[in-house]
Amino acid sequence: MGLLDKFRRGLEKSREAVFGRLGRLFQGRKLDESVYEDMEEILISADIGVDTSLWLIERVRKLAKEQRVTDAEALPPLLQQAMEEALADCDTSMRIASEGPTLYLFVGVNGVGKTTTIGKLAHRYLQEGKKVIMAAGDTFRAAAIEQLVEWGNRVGCDVVRHTQGSDPAAVVYDAIVAAKSRGIDIILCDTAGRLHNKANLMAELAKIRKVVAREMPDAPHEVLLVVDGTTGQNAVHQAEAFKEVVQVTGLVVTKLDGTAKGGVLLPIVREHGIPVKWVGLGEGMDDLEPFSASSYAQAVCRPDGV
Amino acid sequence: MLEGLSSSLQKALSKLRAKGKLTEDDVQTAMREVRLALLAADVNVKVVKQFVDKVRERAVGQEVQKSLTPGQQVVKIVYEELTDLMGGTEERIRMAAKPPTVVMLAGLQGAGKTTAAAKLALSFRKHQHRPLLVAADVYRPAAIQQLQVLGRQIDIPVFDLGTEVDPVEIARQGREEAIRQGADVLIIDTAGRLHVDERLMDELSRIKAEVPPDEILLVVDAMTGQDAVHVAETFHQRLSITGVILTKMDGDTRGGAALTVRAVTGCPIKFVSLGEKIEPLEVFHPDRLASRILGMGDVLSLIEKAQENFDLEKAKEMEQKLRTAQFTLDDFREQLRQVRNLGPLDQILKMLPGIGKLKGLENIQVDEKKFLHIDAIISSMTKEERANPSLMNASRRRRVALGSGLTVREVNQVLNQFEQVQQLMKRFAGGGKKMGRRNALNALKSLGNLGDLPGGMNVPSLGGAGSQQKRQHRKKKKH
Repeated sequence: MGLLDKFRRGLEKSREAVFGRLGRLFQGRKLDESVYEDMEEILISADIGVDTSLWLIERVRKLAKEQRVTDAEALPPLLQQAMEEALADCDTSMRIASEGPTLYLFVGVNGVGKTTTIGKLAHRYLQEGKKVIMAAGDTFRAAAIEQLVEWGNRVGCDVVRHTQGSDPAAVVYDAIVAAKSRGIDIILCDTAGRLHNKANLMAELAKIRKVVAREMPDAPHEVLLVVDGTTGQNAVHQAEAFKEVVQVTGLVVTKLDGTAKGGVLLPIVREHGIPVKWVGLGEGMDDLEPFSASSYAQAVCRPDGV
Repeated sequence: MLEGLSSSLQKALSKLRAKGKLTEDDVQTAMREVRLALLAADVNVKVVKQFVDKVRERAVGQEVQKSLTPGQQVVKIVYEELTDLMGGTEERIRMAAKPPTVVMLAGLQGAGKTTAAAKLALSFRKHQHRPLLVAADVYRPAAIQQLQVLGRQIDIPVFDLGTEVDPVEIARQGREEAIRQGADVLIIDTAGRLHVDERLMDELSRIKAEVPPDEILLVVDAMTGQDAVHVAETFHQRLSITGVILTKMDGDTRGGAALTVRAVTGCPIKFVSLGEKIEPLEVFHPDRLASRILGMGDVLSLIEKAQENFDLEKAKEMEQKLRTAQFTLDDFREQLRQVRNLGPLDQILKMLPGIGKLKGLENIQVDEKKFLHIDAIISSMTKEERANPSLMNASRRRRVALGSGLTVREVNQVLNQFEQVQQLMKRFAGGGKKMGRRNALNALKSLGNLGDLPGGMNVPSLGGAGSQQKRQHRKKKKH
């Protein structure tokens, strides 16, 4: 199954719910101002946000003019093109250490799916034949450590852990030491979910990052912000806040298999230049896919394929 | 809560407030900004349209034009419509005529069901009920364990049958267990699921059929975007939910979901959940939230909180001490503890009208540790020292610093601080008649400038002391 199919399947419900309406909207209509107005409404209701929606429409308008389009039905490819432009600098590759273990740090607000994402990613890297350990850095939430350990059992991966309430930076430190001595390739560090407006908790995150950077000069190789695909414009604020504190290098957008389309990734990429690295498309171990701007844009703009 | 929406709406309306006369253009411009503010807050597109149309219609109508302050009148209309949009009045939980009352929680993954379940149990216990928690999430790794840990924390029994049993069966046996134990409220925590997942949605219907719940509460993350509509609609269609719990309201979310869900499903929001600390859920008051969104503060909630948490006896005692100016370090510590009982200070502060507009206070972060430090320092003193702080010489200060695990500098700070508060008290008690408003203000200001104290700390004590002073002042005038 090709990547596009997987995207298409995962996003099926989203397309039906919202972008399915695009098709109907464009059918047999002349291109006039009311089409653009309807389009604006649909884009906003896909969580793309007012600014980026207007930007996209401006772009489509310009493209339509250039190509002398008069029929509304010709718009979807143009919208797709505009979306791809908005997502243009989306580099999905993951940085790897030149020598020694590579460390990825996962951050985000509560309940977005950090632990699940780490489990899936561990599975993926293990399949590729890499040696992976996970660090149970969520020492706050009840049973969060057990949740990661359970994932460890499922995918066959060791978990470095302390008890609930211990210092997460110490857990991460231990994971680094263990990784160095065991010749591990990839360390995946979980952290507790925290709302981005809690200064104390954000400071704790900065400390974890500092410890990592001290122990491994080039690390963390990626700091991934996990965002719930159903989140609205608040995700933009999350990206801003986490970027400032821990220099987020990429996004993971989860739960895209519902009716939400994760439209909020567009403003985050466009306005903050944080690329999307992965998308979560289901609950299974294999339901994590590298992001592809063109597949995403195509899947949402042209529900029926080409 | 909802500061973002609050500031953008206030900005949109501020231009209207001062106007003596409103043209249609004025209203039009303001409504455009209101629309953008609501959209940026993730309120559903259609709901926004209806809302703005309604407000606009009323704003250009008679009631506004005839009013002396049309701008204010528009603000009032927005307030009324906002309240209406969020459901009008608060809604309570429906209790079963014959116990146990069954409450089922449902929602997407990561909405905060398990945490909400524990908090809800605590709310019930606060009202003298005996809740039993049922762990019916057999899918997410360690979900049952999470509920067990929380149950232990708050000392509320948790029923589970492991992960190998059908959730429907768990719910059924949970109900029997509740009857056996004499628990009168059963709270069923179900697994998070996408509303498009047929199999899991069907499971919820089966649980519903097996143990008819009196309340089916949809748990919704307040940060949810436009999709909240689909989620709420689908859950409502399948289960006919009876209410909503909004979670993660302590973030900087603009809470469009709050405004949308009610409008779409007609189901009232019954509770809001703030923070990860397991505390009772807060009852959702649409009118008070509307008032908070428009920057009019929420004094009612603050007073209620104070009534719930302040010990009346102690308050009276304290008043007496203030009057006679026998305010010791012990009392100081007691007062701080009472204030702390109200809950996280940054949330308390935001209930005061106008606080949001004070420079530097919009994003205030109160370091709760400071309170612990002050507490530790005072607790490290001897009885004599606490009664008579002037005893504190350098050697004693060193001892206290060692005892509390802090530095001498911090001990000095606390002592200075106490001295200033004490002086303030003396002025209120003794020289009340001589103190004009300006003096009082200066005294309060000096209190506000205390070194690197947490800014918020002064405000509550300031509020209390201030009203004390006013009361005395008024009395003097009457005589």
